[in-house]
Amino acid sequence: MIEIRRILSQVEDIHHEFGPVAAVAPRRGWIAAVLTNPFARRYVADILPMMEALNPVGLDMAHRLRASMDVPVERIEAYGKGAIVGSAGELEHGALWHVPGGYAMRELLGWKGDRAAYARGEGEKKTGQPGNALAIVPSTKKVGAPGTTLDVPLTHINASYVRSHFDAVEVRVPGAPAPDELVFILAMSTGARVHARVGGLKAADIAQWDGLR
Amino acid sequence: MAARIRKLIVQVDETLREMNHAVEPPTRRALAMAVIENPCAGRYVENLDELVAIGEELGGLLGRRCVEALGIAPAQAQSYGKAAIVGEAGELEHAAAILHPKMGATLRAAVEKGAALVPSAKKRGGLGTAIDVPLGHKDAAFVRSHFDAIEARVSDAPRANEIVVAIAVTDSGRPLARVGGLKASEIKGEDGLR
Repeated sequence: MIEIRRILSQVEDIHHEFGPVAAVAPRRGWIAAVLTNPFARRYVADILPMMEALNPVGLDMAHRLRASMDVPVERIEAYGKGAIVGSAGELEHGALWHVPGGYAMRELLGWKGDRAAYARGEGEKKTGQPGNALAIVPSTKKVGAPGTTLDVPLTHINASYVRSHFDAVEVRVPGAPAPDELVFILAMSTGARVHARVGGLKAADIAQWDGLR
Repeated sequence: MAARIRKLIVQVDETLREMNHAVEPPTRRALAMAVIENPCAGRYVENLDELVAIGEELGGLLGRRCVEALGIAPAQAQSYGKAAIVGEAGELEHAAAILHPKMGATLRAAVEKGAALVPSAKKRGGLGTAIDVPLGHKDAAFVRSHFDAIEARVSDAPRANEIVVAIAVTDSGRPLARVGGLKASEIKGEDGLR
């Protein structure tokens, strides 16, 4: 069911955006895997087996992305994910990525929850411990032609409301997705926007450890 | 003068399957891009030495970044190419000053040898403009399996007074190359052509 055709990754160091040069440039990275869409060109009612089959793909991509960013997991402060479905597929095929993509990154970053419970649609008990990827992984998805761009949102890994970390990174795979392909994306970054200064909740002030604030 | 770099971006593009055939080993192409300030933007500057020096610096920096991203020894690099996108307040000749006089030498040091011409492309463009960076075998320009191109694009660059400078390095040719011609295994690699 899983056939990976291509893997593309990008790492970006942002030294400045016409303001003071950052002492340590924020690093943003993304990885995109181009897979065959086994459900292309017809309606398939039960697509859940692929969600299960995507688990190792998500873990592998999360590890590869961390490796290409070349930073320890402790430095990853924001994450996001996305999917682009080729024109012979359905938006719902992109939704298969929510569990395997999001939980792969969260587990890499130290999350200790019950992935199986989440996959069943059950809520999770937050541990109340700092620093273990408590926040939801924001996402976008679309159906698109080869070379379609997708803006993948990024938010803080422990508290979705941290304003300095609201960001998005544009992902585009030249030549993909073909009609019968899926592009699954993970994105991570080491910090806030390079010149973040619009107030709101700061990462240093996260207090509730409920994934939100 | 050193390049004033706003962003450095490194991409790796790996193809494992094409047209339902396994690609073994997978083809891998690295692309490194620097978004720099154009010190000559907005006016006519006769002497472009400053940009020539920037080209010399970036040839080494971006070439090394590509080799590192591929995780290979420099000698394992197989093909290369370079390109620049000049922002609206710059001149096509600014791209030429970066790409042509001195970039090649430092790039070749990063990939070892490099007897062949480094194929190039240049254009003026706005934010998110894409440029197809041509690729050719680094030691023999006529190796047909390695004629290729990789698209370079930075969503928020170049601003009017910026230049996007791109270098691509691969450790392989096209995924399922089968249109004949000179093979990489047959080259002498001395004259840069065959």
